[in-house]
Amino acid sequence: MKPLLKVENLSIRLPKGGDREFAIRNVNYNLMPGELLCVVGESGSGKSMTANAIMGLLPKVIEVDQGAVIFDDCDLISLEENRARDLRGNRISMIFQEPMTALNPLMRVEDQISEVFLIHTDMPASERQKRTLALLEDVGLPDPKKMLRAYPHQLSGGQRQRVMIAMALALEPSILIADEPTTALDVTTQAQILKLVKELQKKHNTAVMFITHDFGVVAEIADRVVVMEKGEMVELGKSDDVLNNPQHDYTKKLIAAVPPLAAPLREVKEHLEPPILSVKNLCKTYSTGGSWFSKARIVKAADDVSFELHRGETLGLVGESGSGKSTVSRCVVRLLESDSGQIILGGSEIQSLGAKELSPFRKRIQMVFQDPYASLNPRKTIGKIIADGPIAQGMSPKAALEKAAELLELVELPKAAIDRYPHEFSGGQRQRIGIARALAHDPEILVADEAISALDVSVQAQILDLIETLKKRLNLAVLFVVHDLRVAAQVCDRVIVMQTGKIVEIGETSQVFEAPAHEYTKGLIASIPGANWRSGNVEATPTELAEALA
Amino acid sequence: MNIFKSLKRNKVAMVGFGILFLLVIIAIFGPYLYDGSPWKMVQRPFLPPFQDSKFPLGTDTLGRDVLAGLIHGARISLLVGLISTAIALLIGIPLGAYAGYYGGWVDEVLMRFTEIFQTVPSFALAVVLVAIFEPTVYSITGAIAIVSWPPVARLVRGEFLSLRSQEYVLAAKLNGQTNRNIILKEILPNSLSPIIVLASLMVASAILLESSLSFLGLGDPEIMSWGYMIGAAKTVLRQAWWLSFIPGVAIAVTVLSLNLLGEGLNEALNPKLSGNREN
Repeated sequence: MKPLLKVENLSIRLPKGGDREFAIRNVNYNLMPGELLCVVGESGSGKSMTANAIMGLLPKVIEVDQGAVIFDDCDLISLEENRARDLRGNRISMIFQEPMTALNPLMRVEDQISEVFLIHTDMPASERQKRTLALLEDVGLPDPKKMLRAYPHQLSGGQRQRVMIAMALALEPSILIADEPTTALDVTTQAQILKLVKELQKKHNTAVMFITHDFGVVAEIADRVVVMEKGEMVELGKSDDVLNNPQHDYTKKLIAAVPPLAAPLREVKEHLEPPILSVKNLCKTYSTGGSWFSKARIVKAADDVSFELHRGETLGLVGESGSGKSTVSRCVVRLLESDSGQIILGGSEIQSLGAKELSPFRKRIQMVFQDPYASLNPRKTIGKIIADGPIAQGMSPKAALEKAAELLELVELPKAAIDRYPHEFSGGQRQRIGIARALAHDPEILVADEAISALDVSVQAQILDLIETLKKRLNLAVLFVVHDLRVAAQVCDRVIVMQTGKIVEIGETSQVFEAPAHEYTKGLIASIPGANWRSGNVEATPTELAEALA
Repeated sequence: MNIFKSLKRNKVAMVGFGILFLLVIIAIFGPYLYDGSPWKMVQRPFLPPFQDSKFPLGTDTLGRDVLAGLIHGARISLLVGLISTAIALLIGIPLGAYAGYYGGWVDEVLMRFTEIFQTVPSFALAVVLVAIFEPTVYSITGAIAIVSWPPVARLVRGEFLSLRSQEYVLAAKLNGQTNRNIILKEILPNSLSPIIVLASLMVASAILLESSLSFLGLGDPEIMSWGYMIGAAKTVLRQAWWLSFIPGVAIAVTVLSLNLLGEGLNEALNPKLSGNREN
């Protein structure tokens, strides 16, 4: 069979002063008609570069050094702009990661989709409307007739992504390029979109180039896989072969870093001491949009939430976005004021304390934040960032800085880091600094709010390992807020599953994963991409994973 | 991040900086180096420029030395510009910071207060203030400061609103740091760049405002300023155009140099823009 698209020896040069000379180098692969090819790699691996070159989306400062992308006997790289644009709209189309910003907020769904026909065809208006409706039905949007009149803000993230897919498929292109189309979506929505892409691909025999960082997604949908590392193509093969029998060391590393889905067997701990933290009937409601003329929309972000946390235990708080897991964690550390309920920290009630009385309790419960780039003040040195907390609690600046140096060692960073600024560190290193800052108070409880979800999978494994080691050494209680169930399965002793502000299930991790009691939990677990791959009792713990990586 | 390094690479900003530097030197040392009072009648009136080598820019309607007036005027223009901007920052930054950081009713009250000043045309307000308090250099500086702080408050509030929910600010709260510390040490240093840029442009508009007031005869009668010179020459514009033109050029050049510098600072302090420059 003749390949539909051939990437031949493609190299793209980065501007001077970049972290490497080439964005991608000597990349070769084919896209066959009707196949689903996954391009997978970590951030900065250049996995999106080829697609951007094909679509003419490269920034002006980046230029193609050599090579060609052959489609329909034309080289898309050297082709004259007008001709290339024609091919791009009609025969190759693309969907993006962010469904929130990819649609024009001022245009109705119908107008956005029919605009595609308006530009590329000379269809009459009635025909355009008919085709638009058919497309909406095709991508499985509920009540397509009503959808035509909807504005993007009235749709959920998943629905917007469906509209994007409808637009991309409007002209029945032979190639669909999808750049991380499900990364911004919840796991159940992601499962639906992946299913939709696979179905449409079969139905229309479209070739799909699917760019992702997630090996679970690869396992779920790919026919063939291209693995990218630092701009080089390191492995190309059938999905089954690459996933189950990777040849290149880098691929092996990446796959080893994907946490297996089943929870490892853990001994059920008997807790003799009273819990260090107990939360009782916590409630928090948000109201938005209320005015004199309209009723406020009330969202119950935490609805009668109760749980206990013991020292030496990792308690997972899992759920999709909007489930209230972050709200609960922020109420617990008193960054948010809860409406009612009790938060009992080591025997003292802290939910109702005022700012002054709360101050001595602050240091006993600390938080590690999600975004390694936003969680460190860019204008302060690392030493200052870590030492500020103890200084605010009354420690002398000199002693606090000495402590900061010790903490840096504890989180495995060089002591010299103390005088440097956050921008000199990578995401993983910054997260270590964030952990050191939290530990500067010698807390009893560490709340990790999605602390690893912004990191690449191999870095994730290292940070998880660090948290695990520190937990054991310092006998910490860890409240781990996480949306990734694979991670939850590996690191948590117990998990709480939340949905729309309520706890729907709470139990030992292995029990929740093997025999979920609630329908919602079952749905969540079934939605994890690649659930059948690396699902058996793979025994690797975070420690072993990190060893495998070292 | 080195502001001066990236500023140096921006030629236009360096031109602005150079002119301004020269003006400051003239303002500080000029009156000592160039002998001559701007008030003394030294030659016949209406002496055109470049006629008498002792008075290169000629004399005005009363025979006073125009160059001396220009040099003394530089001092007052820059001084009024800088001090009124400093006062405006001292009012605007705390107000905006409190409004943005605390939000809620504090924000409501402070912003409504700010809007009162914004709804009144600023020039008219300045005229009224100066007229009430008698035109002295102090009342003029104060009036300019009072009409020019609202944009600062608005800007700072916006910065604080977006920065207060940053995770490093949350971390500082968890650390048990006081609100004062968080405002001064965590948020303010990170919102300085746009404030510096705005301040440089405010100096320029303060100079214009001072000149306009003097032009209308609301300047300090004891002090020679560029606006006063234009104002005094407006009746003889057709006979002796240079009397208005020369101080006019001085104002234009000063304002232009401040604008160039402001724009350069904006690029130097904005990591996105200065990043582009490298490529």
